[in-house]
Amino acid sequence: MQSLTSRAKAVERSPMTFLEQLYLWNILKGMFITFLHIFKKQPTIRYPEQKREFSRVFRGLHVLNRDSEGRENCTACGLCAVACPAEAITMEAAERLDSEKHLYREEKYAAKYEINMLRCIFCGLCEEACPKDAIYLSETFTPADFARKNFIYNKSDLLIPHRINQAEELSAAKGL
Amino acid sequence: MNILVIDWLIFAEKLVLIAVIIFSSLGVALYTTFAERKVAAILQDRPGPNRAGPFGLLQPLADGVKLFTKEEIIPNAANKFLFILGPGLAMTAALMTCAVVPWGNKLELFGRTIALQIADINIGILYVFAVVSMGVYGIMIGGWASNNKFSLMAALRGASQAISYELAMGMSLISLLFLTGSLSLKTIVEQQINNSHFWNIIYQPVGFIIFFICALAECNRTPFDLPEAENELNFGYHQEYSSMKLGFYLFSEYINMFISSAIMATMFFGGYDMPFVDESKFDPNIAAIIGIVALMVKVVIFIFVFMWIRWTIPRFRYDQLMDLGWKKLLPLALANMLITAFFILLQSNPIKF
Repeated sequence: MQSLTSRAKAVERSPMTFLEQLYLWNILKGMFITFLHIFKKQPTIRYPEQKREFSRVFRGLHVLNRDSEGRENCTACGLCAVACPAEAITMEAAERLDSEKHLYREEKYAAKYEINMLRCIFCGLCEEACPKDAIYLSETFTPADFARKNFIYNKSDLLIPHRINQAEELSAAKGL
Repeated sequence: MNILVIDWLIFAEKLVLIAVIIFSSLGVALYTTFAERKVAAILQDRPGPNRAGPFGLLQPLADGVKLFTKEEIIPNAANKFLFILGPGLAMTAALMTCAVVPWGNKLELFGRTIALQIADINIGILYVFAVVSMGVYGIMIGGWASNNKFSLMAALRGASQAISYELAMGMSLISLLFLTGSLSLKTIVEQQINNSHFWNIIYQPVGFIIFFICALAECNRTPFDLPEAENELNFGYHQEYSSMKLGFYLFSEYINMFISSAIMATMFFGGYDMPFVDESKFDPNIAAIIGIVALMVKVVIFIFVFMWIRWTIPRFRYDQLMDLGWKKLLPLALANMLITAFFILLQSNPIKF
């Protein structure tokens, strides 16, 4: 029968030679191979001290963005919630008052904005769907907590720190 | 009147020696668990445990604390007395073997000569065999008392394996004993230190290989770790054990490894003999310390080889194990014995043509 690939090898069924029958020789060969592994370079990245370099399109935890004047971009249109395949995003909209013009960019804003990080699959579709460039996926990636309820991130967890009012927190978030 | 006078100093001296040896073998076993994990990791291109302390050196302490603080579970259906006796026996048997190993030559302290051996008995090797085969009771009783099919299967395997391999082990040693003419480990070492005499491995290479393979089987190390075959028997005879009783079983395995390494080094590799160095030129204390270090280096090398084998070879199938023991090693040991005997006879009665 013709083999399907060019790499197929016929199984060798010749009787064992004397050396192979002794078995000890093959054990020594195996031990030589494992011995060589002592000198091999370890591919391990020692995680907390050393971090893997991410590509520029890495999708980590979300941030809600502000514009250049420090106003929240989100207008609570709900497109991200619709786009989310894991149904992790919920929001409630509110109307901006005149006195809040310096806080929110559009007339409508998200009074409540929650992402359930236990549901989120970090696909980045919310980022794609957002017409206002309000939501981005950052490079932070290991949220850990003791209670499930703490994984429902609200606006205070997600919102990027203000450029001027919270300059220190912003630089900390950037890892500077 | 003074028939029953005991030299209390000897008593105290031996007591200290026993304490030192037992605690150091426990310490060595502790760090062998760490070394095992490190060696495994390095052979598999991993860094291994490195979180607890510098280079992970405190890892065994963390493991010990963990084992001590774990909940102790005794199954309802288990025989409580035997269940507790099992790990105790395993540990005792493992520790008792170190009594006859000469750890070094004599130390001279406070005007006294202290032999670095707990007991130099003239049937040393027989003692070792007797105690090592007692170790099987630990496995057997533990497996039986757990009242669990897997544990019982493992205990059966362990017992039959130990019995099968002890035969070949004894046979391989008989040919060595032909050469030495003594069962005392101290005498065997002194013979090897003698300059006109090489280490016994030169005279008995086949005997050593058989002994080494059997030692692997006696210590339940891969490729003979059938009593604790994880994938077939759910960890075998110590499946029902938890907390420090499990720790005792694991520990006794490592102590067994340490002691059998020491015995192999003593019988085939010159014991506390430092190669290419004439110890008699030095001050006896310095010579003794050099001897201890030399023995320890040999032991460490052996332990490394044990681990190296473990992380290289897969486990035997049970019938292969019995095949190897009864059909290969035992005849080989017998042949080795006969050939040795023949040559010894030839040497003592030269044939005149």
